[in-house]
Amino acid sequence: MDWAALSLSLQLGLATLIVLLPISVALGRTLAVHRFVGKGVLESLVALPLVLPPTVLGFYLLLAFGARSPLGQLFGSVTGHSLAFSFEGLVLASIFVNLPFAVQPVQRAFESIPTDVREAAACCGMTPWRALVAIEFPLAWPGVVTAAILTFAHTLGEFGVVLMVGGNIPAETRTLSIAIYDRMQAFDDRAAGVMAATLLALALATLVATNVLSRRVGRRDV
Amino acid sequence: MSRDAGLSVEIAQDEPIPLHVAFTTGPSEVLAIFGPSGSGKTTILRTIAGLYRPAHASVRSGAETWTDTVTGTFAPPHRRAVGFVFQEYALFPHLTAAGNVITALGHHPRAERRTRAEALLNLVHLSVQMTRRPHQLSGGERQRVALARALAREPAVLLLDEPFAAVDRTVRRRLQDEIDELRRALDIPLILVTHDFADVVRLATNVLMLERGRSVACGSVTTLMSRPDLSWLREAVGLGTVFDASVTRTYPDRGLVELTFDGGTLLAADRDVAMGTTVRVRIPAREVILATREPEGLSLHNVLSGTVSAIHADPAFDHVIVQIAVGRVLLLAEVTRDAIGRLGMAVGMPVYALIKSVSIDLLTVQARDATKAR
Repeated sequence: MDWAALSLSLQLGLATLIVLLPISVALGRTLAVHRFVGKGVLESLVALPLVLPPTVLGFYLLLAFGARSPLGQLFGSVTGHSLAFSFEGLVLASIFVNLPFAVQPVQRAFESIPTDVREAAACCGMTPWRALVAIEFPLAWPGVVTAAILTFAHTLGEFGVVLMVGGNIPAETRTLSIAIYDRMQAFDDRAAGVMAATLLALALATLVATNVLSRRVGRRDV
Repeated sequence: MSRDAGLSVEIAQDEPIPLHVAFTTGPSEVLAIFGPSGSGKTTILRTIAGLYRPAHASVRSGAETWTDTVTGTFAPPHRRAVGFVFQEYALFPHLTAAGNVITALGHHPRAERRTRAEALLNLVHLSVQMTRRPHQLSGGERQRVALARALAREPAVLLLDEPFAAVDRTVRRRLQDEIDELRRALDIPLILVTHDFADVVRLATNVLMLERGRSVACGSVTTLMSRPDLSWLREAVGLGTVFDASVTRTYPDRGLVELTFDGGTLLAADRDVAMGTTVRVRIPAREVILATREPEGLSLHNVLSGTVSAIHADPAFDHVIVQIAVGRVLLLAEVTRDAIGRLGMAVGMPVYALIKSVSIDLLTVQARDATKAR
């Protein structure tokens, strides 16, 4: 068992969550509640990582992270090291890859709140912020938790993009799924097996949890 | 036009929903907005609440301007003192009945909110179900929670969108009596949207008839109901005069009550109303018999003397509608063409209107005490 890889995977999952969750709540609610020009395009962009091969996504991210790109240059001038093949680069890549997993459950949850319930909150004298906290969030939270679980589990399992953007640097970019591949290449079936079983158990637990929560969303009908 | 504690509304737009209305309503008045679905009724309520912004509109409540597209004034919904009872009630499913009401009590100190919510739920006759959530309540109970929540804001206007559409007939009657009771207790205008004319007849003091976004009739219910020429009204509910009267005497042993109105007194068959209360009376035009001389030796109780004020003969309709002025009440009588000819009926002629005490409908009865009314 590569403990450094497990630790790195967990750190990556957590870091992704911390950054992505607020973004997905804001973006998911906007897509659920508002109508605006370009909404369809935005929804497609969010869903893109679902259909794009990880290598394609990784290729473009690598281009964007490169020392010659504006983003890469900015990051280099601030931190002194390159974005590509670094943990920070991995987090950024992971955010893009997980966009659909985080945004879509949140969007569905906010969409399931009837419009008149939202309007009733305003007619009760609640400011938009207060209505969000007291009415919308308590009704949408199963969707937010589902988004968090899916994002975390998916980050642990992501392989293609991590390999493209991060490479295979121990304790820096070698996550658990990369470590499994690495062990298999070295004919270390036992170590690969233990790590594979760990990811399997995590994935299973995730699905059970999201299932239970999605049933809760359904029960909250008026 | 605007009154101190009233509401005045003007809406003008062609797209996307054509809507052209202007009206004013005062405290303790019930304005019913009546019309077929898709005529723009709900849009008017949404405009008042600030949930919809028409192309051209002005909404004024007392001295406050909520919407004015000319000056660009727009107060968001949460800054308008509006009590809105939504058609599907729109209760917050994760909160209890009391919790739902508390959400609208944000303008009171936190410590007082629960007591106030309980008082409001008592007011709408819902005291034992306070800790239940909306899905554990019946349709009528949800409606009461929605009403209590709307009142919690201490609104300057109460808006009710099809409030009886989702409840059965018995509950509907009870709720109508309670809303009528509330209206008398509250000093604010009440606006009711409905597609059922029975609601208008029972509850409204004024009515705005909408057809494809335009007002086709507007005025007091009593005036509207005493018009002999509205064929749609005949088809919708049947013609019949509607007016308010007060109970001046009761005869429990005879099963009768004496009602005094602007044209005299009537005896109606009812034993359940109390002295001094106000009742809304409806006399169906078909039930009124006309005579040119005062008859004697009849079983019926009510012989009212009046003057023929209008005769309306609709070519598409076999019968003739005669309007008789009895004091300030305009009574409608539906008679055959033959009867008009035989009696030589003409405008200005004195007549007697004969009405059986059992033919008088008492629509809403101001409750003696709240528990009885339930």
